[in-house]
Amino acid sequence: MAEKTLPPVDAVVVGAGWAGSIMAKELCEAGLSVVMLERGGRRSTAKDGAYPASIDELEGATRYKLFQNPAQTTVTVRNRLDQEALPYRRLAAFLPGEGVGGAGLHWTGVHFRAMPQDLRLRSHITERYGKTFIPDGMNLQDYGVTYEELEPFFDRAEKVFGTSGEAYTVDGKVVGKGNPFAPDRSDDFPLPPLRDVYTAHLFRKAATEAGFHPYAMPAANASHPYTNPYGAQMGPCNFCGYCSDYACYMYAKASPNVNILPALRQHANFTLRSNAHVLKVLLDSTGKKATGVVYQDAEGNHITQPAGLVILAAFQFHNVHLMLLSGIGKPYDPHSNSGTVGRNFTYQNITNTTVLMPPTRSTDQFIGSAGGVAIDDFNCDNFDHGPLGFIGGSPLWVNQAGVKPIAGAKATFPGAPRWGSAWKKQAVDTYRHAFTINAQGSNMAYRDVYLDLDPTWTNVYGQPLLRMTFDWKDNDIRMNRHVVSKLDGVVKALGARDVHYSMREPGKPFDVRDYQTTHLCGGAVMGDDPNTSALNRYLQSWDVPNVFVVGANAFPQGMGYNPTGLVAALAYWSAHHIRTQWLKGNGGPLVTP
Amino acid sequence: MTDAPHTPRRPASPVSCAKPAANISAAMAPLSLPTPDGSPAASPMTSSKTNAPVPSHVKQQVRGVEHMAHDAAITPSPSSAFKPKRRRVVQGLGTSMAALSLGGLATQTAEAASSEQSPAATAQHQEAGTSARFFTAAEFAFLTAACERLFPEDDMGPGATMLGVPDFIEGQMNTPWGRGEKWFMSGPHRTGPDNLGYQLPYSPRQIYRIGIAGTQAWVRQQHNAPFESLPSTTQDAILTALEHNATQFDALPASAFFEQLRSDTIEGAFADPIHGGNRHMGGWKMMGFPGARADYMDWVDRYETPYPYGPVSISGETG
Ligand SMILES: Cc1cc2nc3c(=O)[nH]c(=O)nc-3n(C[C@H](O)[C@H](O)[C@H](O)COP(=O)(O)OP(=O)(O)OC[C@H]3O[C@@H](n4cnc5c(N)ncnc54)[C@H](O)[C@@H]3O)c2cc1C
Ligand code: SF4
Repeated sequence: MAEKTLPPVDAVVVGAGWAGSIMAKELCEAGLSVVMLERGGRRSTAKDGAYPASIDELEGATRYKLFQNPAQTTVTVRNRLDQEALPYRRLAAFLPGEGVGGAGLHWTGVHFRAMPQDLRLRSHITERYGKTFIPDGMNLQDYGVTYEELEPFFDRAEKVFGTSGEAYTVDGKVVGKGNPFAPDRSDDFPLPPLRDVYTAHLFRKAATEAGFHPYAMPAANASHPYTNPYGAQMGPCNFCGYCSDYACYMYAKASPNVNILPALRQHANFTLRSNAHVLKVLLDSTGKKATGVVYQDAEGNHITQPAGLVILAAFQFHNVHLMLLSGIGKPYDPHSNSGTVGRNFTYQNITNTTVLMPPTRSTDQFIGSAGGVAIDDFNCDNFDHGPLGFIGGSPLWVNQAGVKPIAGAKATFPGAPRWGSAWKKQAVDTYRHAFTINAQGSNMAYRDVYLDLDPTWTNVYGQPLLRMTFDWKDNDIRMNRHVVSKLDGVVKALGARDVHYSMREPGKPFDVRDYQTTHLCGGAVMGDDPNTSALNRYLQSWDVPNVFVVGANAFPQGMGYNPTGLVAALAYWSAHHIRTQWLKGNGGPLVTP
Repeated sequence: MTDAPHTPRRPASPVSCAKPAANISAAMAPLSLPTPDGSPAASPMTSSKTNAPVPSHVKQQVRGVEHMAHDAAITPSPSSAFKPKRRRVVQGLGTSMAALSLGGLATQTAEAASSEQSPAATAQHQEAGTSARFFTAAEFAFLTAACERLFPEDDMGPGATMLGVPDFIEGQMNTPWGRGEKWFMSGPHRTGPDNLGYQLPYSPRQIYRIGIAGTQAWVRQQHNAPFESLPSTTQDAILTALEHNATQFDALPASAFFEQLRSDTIEGAFADPIHGGNRHMGGWKMMGFPGARADYMDWVDRYETPYPYGPVSISGETG
C-alpha cells in the first residue's frame, strides 16, 4: 500500500449521485477545478441498463447488483439505547446505492417538492396548535429555509430531471387538475403527467367517490421525449415496470448518468475518479478548516487529494459517518440531547395495504412506472391534527412501479399459507388480481433516535461502522393508523373482493428484515441554531466552513413525500450561495450564529 | 478496494435437460453432521473439504446413483415441447438510440469497456470456475424432494422439479452470493432479537451444507429413512416443523434453513430461465408475467382488457 499526495484542486466532491453530480456541475460552471470521488465503479445506462440483460429480477432486485455491497461496509442497528446494536448483514430494509450515479441510477423517480409547512414544522405546529402540542422527547425543528426561497431551485431540479406532472396553480392561478394541497409554482412541470395505469385509474375513481382529491404523482420519468437545460436527452417512458432497483434502458427515468454526467464531462475542469473510497476529510491543526480528503483507490493505495472546498455528497448516512470519522462537528449525545452530528436521524413511515379485486379483473401489476395517483388529504398538516394529538401525515397512493414475480410470490399475508399448493394458488391469484395502496408517511425526530460510531464492528477499511439507534414511536404509529383507516371508503368504492390492511403495530419494533424504503433522513441537519443543527441554512458546516454536506441528512425530520426532489433543490440552493457568496468571500461562515 | 464482485448472470453450468428424479433412492452412507466451516464430514462429492477418507465403494455407489439419475428418462412435460411463436428481443432500441446525447455517451461506453471486465471475459471466468458441482448427489436428492413439496406440481402448473429449481439453486451456490460475498460476514457473531436480522456466520453454501445434513440426521432418527424416500405428507410435516423451528443444527436454527430453501425455491421458479430455473418460463406462465417484454406503451390505459401476450425470456424464448 502506497501513500501519495496529488496536486491540489479547488473543490473535491465525495459521491457521484444526484447531490454530488449537481454540486460538481454547478462548481464547474463557476470555473472551479473539481474532482468527484466515487467509491463504486463506473456505471452507465449503456452498460448497466442494456436491454434485455438489465431487466433481470434475480440480479436486480433480488441480488442487489447495483447496490452497496455490505461485505465492504455496512451499519449496525438497534432499537433502544440499552441494546447492543448488531450488523445489518444482508440488505433488506433499505438499499444504499453505489457506483457512478449513486442510487440515482436505480431509484424509482417519484419526484416531489416539499410542503411549505414541512420546511418550518416547529414554527407551524406551534403557531397552529401551541407549543405544548409537541410531545416530550420529540426534537421538532425548522429547516431554516422556506418554500418561497427554495421555489426557483425546485423548478430548476424539475427541469433538469424532465419531470412529468400536473400543476394545480402557477403564479396563483389554477391551471390544471393537480394536487389542490400543493404549494404555488412559478412554472408548470416540464412534461405532462404519465398516463394512469389501470390500478391507479381505479384508485382515482374510488378516491373521488370517497370525497378525496386524487392527482397524478409527479415523476422523473419522461412522459414524452425531452431535452433538459444541459442538452441531455430522455426517451419516453414505456411503462416497462423496471424503475425501482434497475437502470432505465429507455433513458426515460432521470438519473445523474443520463441527465447530468454527459454535460459534466464536457467541462475540462472536471475529473471523475471511480473506485475511490473516501476514508475521511482532512482538517488543519485548528480543526476549523478542511485541507482535502484521503481516499483508498482500487489497488489499496491511500491517496490524499488536497482541496480548498470539500463537498460531502455520499448519501445521508455516509455523510454523517464521514463527519464522525473526520471530527467535523460535535457528536450527538442522546443523554444530554447535546451535540449535533448524528442528531435527528429519521426514516420514512410506510405501510402497504393490499386490495384484492374480483377474479374477473386483471390488475396487470407488472406494468408500471414512477407515476401513479395520490391523495394528499392526510399528508402534512392538510387536516386538523388538534383532536388527533399527533404530528405528521401520509399521502396515500397507488404507485405501481412494476411488480415482478419473485417479489410478488414471496410476499404473503399474515396467517396465509407460505408454501405448497394452497400457497401457489393464492400467490397466482394475488399476483393477477391484487394491487397495493401505500401510506408513505412522515417520521418525526426523537431524542433517543440517532447515529453514532459502533463500538464493536469495523468495515474492510478498519473503520468503526456507523450505528443506527432507531425505533417507531407512538406519535408515528398513531399517525400511520389514522391515515390507513381512511382507506375504508376508498376500498368500498373499489368494489374489492378482499383487503389486507397493513399498519404500524404498537410494540412492534423497527424490523431490518422487511424492505421499507431507502428514504433515510437527518443525522446532520440544517437549521438556524448551531446547538441543534450541524449545518447552517446553506448546508455549510457550522464548525468547518469550507465543508458543505449535501443530502437528506439535512432534513430535520421526515416528511410524507419522497426525499430526492428536496435533496436536489437543496443542492442547487447550496451551490447558488457558494457561487454567489462563499466564493466571493474569505471562505468563512455564510451565517454568523 | 475493487468493485463489488461480479455477480454471474448465468447459472454455474449449462443446465442439462435431464435431471435427477425426485425420489433417488438413498443408497448413501448416513451423513454425519458437518464441520463448523460447513464442509460435510463425509461428503463423497466434495474432494477438497472431505474430512474423513471415503471408502471407494461408497464413491462408486454415489457415482452410480448420480449416473443413474442423469440417465433417468423424464417424461417431457407439455411445456418443454414449446414452439416459439414470436420473437421480440430488441425492443425500444430506436428510442434508446435516439436518446444518445451530447456525444458524452460514446465516451461513457468506451470508458466503461476499458475500466470493467467485458461481458465475454466475465462469462469465460464463470465457465472456468464452475466445473465442480456444489451439492453431493445425496444432498441434491434432498433438495429436489424438498423443493418439490414447497412448490409442488399441481393443477396450477409445474412443480419445482419440472421448473429446474434444484439446478437453479446449484447454480446459485457458485456465485459470489452463494459464497456469502454479498453479506457482511465479519465477526463477532452475536445473537439478538429477530428483528435485527440475520446474524449467523454462515454463507448460503454453509446454510445448505449444515441444514441438509442436519435435517437428514434428524429425519433418520425419527423415520429411519432419508427425507426423499418418505411419503409426501410426512415430508410436509417435516418441512412444517423446520418452518416452526422445531430443532437446531449447530448454530443454524431449522427455520433459518427453511427460509433459505423457501426463498431460493421461489427465486428458482420465477427468475429468468438464464439462471437455470423457471424452465420454459413455466413459472411466469402460471403467474401471468410477460417477462422481458418490458414495453407496455400500448397497454397502459386499455383498462378493461387484460394484457394478452405470453412471456419472453432474456434469451429470446417465447411462450
Ligand atoms: C430502490 C430505490 C428507490 C428509490 N426511489 C425513490 C423515489 O422514487 N423518489 C425519491 O425521491 N427517492 C427515491 N429513492 C431515494 C433516492 O435514491 C435518494 O434520495 C437519492 O439517490 C440520494 O442522492 P444522493 O446523491 O444523496 O445519494 P446517492 O445517490 O446514494 O449517492 C451517493 C454516492 O456516494 C458514494 N459514496 C458513499 N460513501 C462514499 C465514500 N466514502 N467515498 C466515495 N464515495 C462514496 C456512493 O457510492 C454513492 O454513489 C430511492 C432509493 C432506492 C434505493
Ligand atoms: S417504467 Fe419508464 S422510466 Fe421506469 S424504467 Fe421503465 S421505461 Fe424507464
